[in-house]
Amino acid sequence: MVSVLDRKLLRDLVRIWAQALAVALVLSAGVATWILSVGAYRSLDETRTAYYERNVFADVFAQATRAPRRIIDRIALVPGVAQAEGRIVQYALLDLPQLLEPASGLIVSLPDQGEGLLNRLRVRSGRLPLAGARYEVAISQSFADKHGFRPGATFEAILRGRKRALQVVGIALSPEFVYAVGPGDFVPDDRRFGILWMSQSAVEAAFDLEGAINNVTARLHRSASEAEVIRLIDDVLGPYGGRGAYGRRDQFSHAFLDAELGQLAAMQRILPPIFLVVTAFLINMILSRLITLEREQIGLLKALGYGAVAIGTHYMKLVAVIALIGCAIGFALGTWLGYLLTKMFGDFFHFPFLVFATRPDIYVTSAAVALGAALLGASHAVWGAVRLPPAVAMRPPAPPMYRKLFSGSLAQRFTPTQLTMMVGRHILRRPVRALSTSFGVSLSVAVLMTSLFGFGAVETMIDISFFQLERQDATVSFNEELPARAIYDVRALPGVLVAEPFRNVAVRLHAGHRRRTAQIVGKARHNNLSRIVDLNLDPVPLPETGMAVTEKLADLLQVRRGDLVWVELLEGTRGWAHVPVTEIFQSYMGLSVFMDIDELNALAGEGDVITGAHLSLDDAAAGSFFTVVKSTPALSSIGLLKLALTNFRATMAENIVFMTTVYSALGLIIAFGVIYNSARIQLSERGRELASLRVLGFTRGEVARVLNGELFVLSILGIPIGWALGYLLTWVLIQGFESELYRVPFVVLRSTYAYAALVVLAAFAISIAIVRRRINRLDLIEVLKTRE
Amino acid sequence: MRERIFEASGLTKVYRTGDVEVFALRGVDLVLSAGEMMVLLGPSGSGKSTFLNIVGGLDRPTEGHVLFRGRDLVGLSERELTLYRRNHVGFVFQFYNLVPSLTALENVALVTEISAEPMPPAEALALVGLEARQDHFPAQLSGGEQQRVAIARAVAKRPEVLLCDEPTGALDSTFGVIVLEALMRVNQELGTTTAIITHNVAIKDIAHRVCYFADGRIVSDTVNETRVEPKDVTW
Repeated sequence: MVSVLDRKLLRDLVRIWAQALAVALVLSAGVATWILSVGAYRSLDETRTAYYERNVFADVFAQATRAPRRIIDRIALVPGVAQAEGRIVQYALLDLPQLLEPASGLIVSLPDQGEGLLNRLRVRSGRLPLAGARYEVAISQSFADKHGFRPGATFEAILRGRKRALQVVGIALSPEFVYAVGPGDFVPDDRRFGILWMSQSAVEAAFDLEGAINNVTARLHRSASEAEVIRLIDDVLGPYGGRGAYGRRDQFSHAFLDAELGQLAAMQRILPPIFLVVTAFLINMILSRLITLEREQIGLLKALGYGAVAIGTHYMKLVAVIALIGCAIGFALGTWLGYLLTKMFGDFFHFPFLVFATRPDIYVTSAAVALGAALLGASHAVWGAVRLPPAVAMRPPAPPMYRKLFSGSLAQRFTPTQLTMMVGRHILRRPVRALSTSFGVSLSVAVLMTSLFGFGAVETMIDISFFQLERQDATVSFNEELPARAIYDVRALPGVLVAEPFRNVAVRLHAGHRRRTAQIVGKARHNNLSRIVDLNLDPVPLPETGMAVTEKLADLLQVRRGDLVWVELLEGTRGWAHVPVTEIFQSYMGLSVFMDIDELNALAGEGDVITGAHLSLDDAAAGSFFTVVKSTPALSSIGLLKLALTNFRATMAENIVFMTTVYSALGLIIAFGVIYNSARIQLSERGRELASLRVLGFTRGEVARVLNGELFVLSILGIPIGWALGYLLTWVLIQGFESELYRVPFVVLRSTYAYAALVVLAAFAISIAIVRRRINRLDLIEVLKTRE
Repeated sequence: MRERIFEASGLTKVYRTGDVEVFALRGVDLVLSAGEMMVLLGPSGSGKSTFLNIVGGLDRPTEGHVLFRGRDLVGLSERELTLYRRNHVGFVFQFYNLVPSLTALENVALVTEISAEPMPPAEALALVGLEARQDHFPAQLSGGEQQRVAIARAVAKRPEVLLCDEPTGALDSTFGVIVLEALMRVNQELGTTTAIITHNVAIKDIAHRVCYFADGRIVSDTVNETRVEPKDVTW
């Protein structure tokens, strides 16, 4: 048997359905963001874990110049190593049909027997190359997809100067190359870079490395100390040109995935709480006003003998029903969006499968918190209702007191119309309530800014990285160190306008107990193409002595300008040297270290050598440049920054559209929830006043202006508050985005501010359009017959 | 012969709720002349208010016609009716319906701002004897004062007609008399045609003419040979 109070509750819900739905939608947005971000984060995290486990992703990686294959037995014996595998990993230039410029491939050898111990491939189609098959290759899926390569397709590769046609026999995925970036590039470009797996013996033959390996990967025991294993592996590989082993943290693909997941995790910490705060606030706002309108009924119920608990429970039930509706919508929406987001990331990373983590705990927690927020928001209003003595409650509330906006000479000079005066005085009569409406609007602006700032940040990153720091058109890398005079040969290539040499040396930097593996890049001091900018983004020359490190690396090593750092060379002489940090520069990507090339050569002690060059190209002659490069044996790879950037932007655009749509919708829901509810509550409180205006001969439009005017002022006021709040929250969010691969610049574009404001204005427009219908339907006769 | 301000013919109003039809007006014919003060009497539900609402452009008849200075109000658009109310009609209601956020003076100014040839708001307040209270908000005024502000607001635009629905209904006789005096003064000094609905039979003597409504019809229409001053009316 449904109690009469419950029946009242149902009818109240039906009566205020539009407002209740608006609140439920805001709450659903909170629950949805929660489920979406936690769900996507967990799904991707578990997908990655499962992928790594199933395909035995290695824990430690090491590159050497050339080591006998039996060295792997010694590495397998290193305490802590569970499994070790040797292989050859080598860059090669590719000559692809329909591609003017040369592409790069990373050739990775596969054991001739069995499927290998570590970093096992997942074959998507076709098969792996047969042992010893010199022309067979399996290629990475993203690369295959981009070029439409299927098993049976052929393309040409330049292996150690010899051009050779390779036949695709399979398409595969590897946990090692979830995120694959070509040499000299910063962002993935599947068109110009792919992974090529070939049989060990075929690669040995192609690179004159018979019986040898140049790359080691190892899986560790759970209890092993990674640092200790790395030290021991370095000892073993040292004599063979080992360039310093590193763990997953420094493995590019893993580190990038980590950074991406870290961003999702940061989002999940920031956004859902905002939505829930808004929900609590909205419910408080709506319920307190609803209860003001219900005063007489509450008084009557109390006079009839209903206790405070019964009445309190009645209103709390109303809130709970609204909250549960919101949760249900949020569950559905969050699960669906989480699925889409996971799938989008899954596609982006080419995960072979996706684990959708939909454990009930997210639903239970988010529902509990949402319900709690709603009940908390309602408690104040309900408490007020319960406390009213029945006699007081049954009397209409005391007539509202207003005060003048201006006095004295100001009042004489400033004479707004009476309608404007009504707007102003109504706002000032309840300033706290007015401000709370603005605050609600501001939260919507803040949510939008926090979720959309990233695109501006990425643009800034791109601008700094590609237009201020790395301004070259192309970066060519040699197979091995070449004498410094090789730069003249590079300059003589067709189409080359400027060529600036560089040399890379693998090092490990030690500052106190802190250490990082890095590459020191030696460049000419007054380089114009690849240069550095200081922390104020002004270009500065490389220091004459010592090294320039990025701000991030300086932070990690906790060194300042002037501090000495121990540099352990991981190649060549493998010596140690004390080198001062003489410049700290701004960079949003990577942990770069730069030195004057002459000084680096002196430090490395192998004479004047270079390992590659940054080039500025004449667009008109690019074709002949590429043709020559494709047949230049000394080159192992070519990076084309600007091209990579174009492709990167295309990928980003997809993500941007998705994220912008989702978060704009959520921001719109919040703003709409706040503005629409304010409008409805005002309309119910002031319906009589507005109807009187209509009777006096004011048009519907003029009457609507009184209501809209106030909402407009409060919405507009909310925008700058939201900007400030959004700025603050963005800063908090960025702290959670920090990773070693890149730093997200704290830049909020003007367009982001404008966009957030526009969404609020859209919500305002929708709200007033809906409320306008009610103003048009105001019953002029009824309102005049009843007492206030 | 005085100009005819209103000429209602065959006015019928039927309210339908579900299957039930309620006849509020059953074919009312009535002429109101310029400068006339008319009192409409009758029990609740007799159709007085419905008649006044239709004449005032707040409602539409189901059948029949109302001519205002020869122009039929039936068939006017919503916007035209709004303009009609704005330019020609002043209303006074039982519950004052003042805007709480505006002072007495501003409540009057609210109407003068949108009318063509209004009197200064202060002058309208003076007409009802409230010049001293012009800066008070409604919450600071007594019921009688609020009603006089409502009258000032209604007449400030110099309307052709003043329609009053139970203007003294919420007031005791002391305040009621003051309000009636204000209405009388407006009628005499400005020549505003005035229609007053009331339950209070005592008031009928101040009018030129008295109409009795019953069951949606006019059952009697009499002219007072002699009018009494409001101060001589008590209830």
